[in-house]
Amino acid sequence: MSDPAPLTTDDPGQVASATPPARGRSRGLSDRGLAVAFISPALLLLLAMSVFPLLWALYLSFTDYSATRGGPAHFLWFGNYTAILTSAQVHQRALTTLIYVIGAVGLQTVLGFAIAYLISRRTHGRGLLTTLFLVPMMLSPVVVGLFWRFMLDAQFGVINSMLGSLGLGQVEWLTRQRTALVSLIVVDTWQWTPFIMLIALAGLTAVPKYLYEAASIDRASEWFRFRNITLPLVWPLLLIAVLFRAIEAFRLFDLVYILTSGGPGVSTETLSFHVYKVAFLGFNTGTASAYGILMVLVVIVLTQFYLRYLNKLKEG
Amino acid sequence: MAVSVDEAVSTGPAPDHTPPTRRLGGRGRSVLEVALLTVLAVVMLFPVLWMIETSIKENRDVYAIPAEFFGFTVTLDHYKDVFVSPDGGRSALSVAFLNSVVVAGVSTVLATVLGVPAAWAYSRFAVKARKDQLFFILSTRFMPPVVVVVPIFLMYRQVGLIDSKLGLILIYAAFNVPFTIWMMKGFVDEVPSEYEDAAMLDGYTRLQAFWKFTLPLLVPGIAATAVFALIFSWNEFVFAIFLTSSDNVRTAPPAIAGLIGGTTVDWGLVAAASVVFALPVLVFAYLVRKHLVAGVTLGAVRR
Repeated sequence: MSDPAPLTTDDPGQVASATPPARGRSRGLSDRGLAVAFISPALLLLLAMSVFPLLWALYLSFTDYSATRGGPAHFLWFGNYTAILTSAQVHQRALTTLIYVIGAVGLQTVLGFAIAYLISRRTHGRGLLTTLFLVPMMLSPVVVGLFWRFMLDAQFGVINSMLGSLGLGQVEWLTRQRTALVSLIVVDTWQWTPFIMLIALAGLTAVPKYLYEAASIDRASEWFRFRNITLPLVWPLLLIAVLFRAIEAFRLFDLVYILTSGGPGVSTETLSFHVYKVAFLGFNTGTASAYGILMVLVVIVLTQFYLRYLNKLKEG
Repeated sequence: MAVSVDEAVSTGPAPDHTPPTRRLGGRGRSVLEVALLTVLAVVMLFPVLWMIETSIKENRDVYAIPAEFFGFTVTLDHYKDVFVSPDGGRSALSVAFLNSVVVAGVSTVLATVLGVPAAWAYSRFAVKARKDQLFFILSTRFMPPVVVVVPIFLMYRQVGLIDSKLGLILIYAAFNVPFTIWMMKGFVDEVPSEYEDAAMLDGYTRLQAFWKFTLPLLVPGIAATAVFALIFSWNEFVFAIFLTSSDNVRTAPPAIAGLIGGTTVDWGLVAAASVVFALPVLVFAYLVRKHLVAGVTLGAVRR
């Protein structure tokens, strides 16, 4: 794809031609110079806006610095880290996050794949259906969070209203410990099922038709076809979607902030939300930074997995 | 909103997807599938419809118990309130919408200008440690925003970028550059490098070859990529809420979220603001529908 030796490709086109070379001696920039000139601005921006802050956070994570108190920072070395990793509070937040990630991503995967499968079997109106199903994913988390808060309201929320008219009891969706986490999972599922659906649909439409034709000549059952043709071919793509969603769900913040603010109690307080509380309500900047670094590590490990599967997929 | 969209994807695959040898029960199953799909579609779309409905209800209907589905009085007052403040001037929300336009627009242009050449260079040249560089670029995109926002906050406080549109523009651009590079690299890979080689044999420099021959071919890809960056910046909330505080800087997401601060919430206004805010995104999403898969996976997976 790319040119082999970047340093030596410079010589061939020196011959005279319609457009004369712009610069006298060496046709302007060499390939290498061009690569540097084109890549470095982007990298510089990333260094300034991502790496530098992260290094700063790394430094702060070893100190007891507080953004409000100001003053000099004292080194604690790994004090913050051990405090976090041994804190029962953090363990609970980790458990909440885990329940939420597994619950939401699991639900999304099943639902998203089911919808994609149903759509892929339709012959008419596929485009319309796909587009309609995609609407939730496009909305801002703020809009989604606010709107579900309204719909889940215990008094005048439409969900309870519908439950009532079905003769079922009222549920205090966002104000009871257990249901609040369920609500969070439901809302996240509502917003992100389309994501899984979209990717699964891409996989399903890419399954070569002749495989099905061959199978139907063999009078293979519907289940057999699904199990042995559809699923294996869609699986890698689906896995990527799941990994992607897991990373996103792991770092979820905005929806929690809008929908429940971590409450009631701390029942919906995910790790991300806890970092925010430590940093901006407790102003323990040092602790929050250590916390953040740990989360980044988790994300990097997940990203590695993601990329590895991606490469496998591309080779396979 | 997204209703007139039918032709988009439906023309693609051949219609005879269902195998012809449908035996016994085939029709029944088909009916069941359609029913299931309808139910799912209704469930998925109901919140959106309810939002639109709430935005055109009068307040007493908004809070009616049990909820009113039909037969309410239609009013556009909430939409008026989104743009006009009670005293007749421009509302804080409309200012926030304008800020969103500026911030999302400028940061998208910046990310595109920085990202497209970089993507081209990564695609064409044997850059040193290219894979590692690309992984590094991608990993910055995966960082939890709430983690990055703490040091960014401190950094901005030092250099005076707190509560400024420029600060938001820079961070959004930085967040969109990885996406732009990854997605654009896919598009560049699809343009044969032989075009540039041929142009260079004709005496053009490498830069001219890129500018005159490759770049025009990339325009559709650039447009799609930019729209995704635009959508991201438009919807972003975490940085917006922690890095801005004043009304004349704040973008729409925190401004809309701010509507629920008080003891009573004007849900009609929230709904109307949400609808106005969501409309451009849905239009944009429709424009890039063909690239949705690539876009939502940072271009790593292409259809």
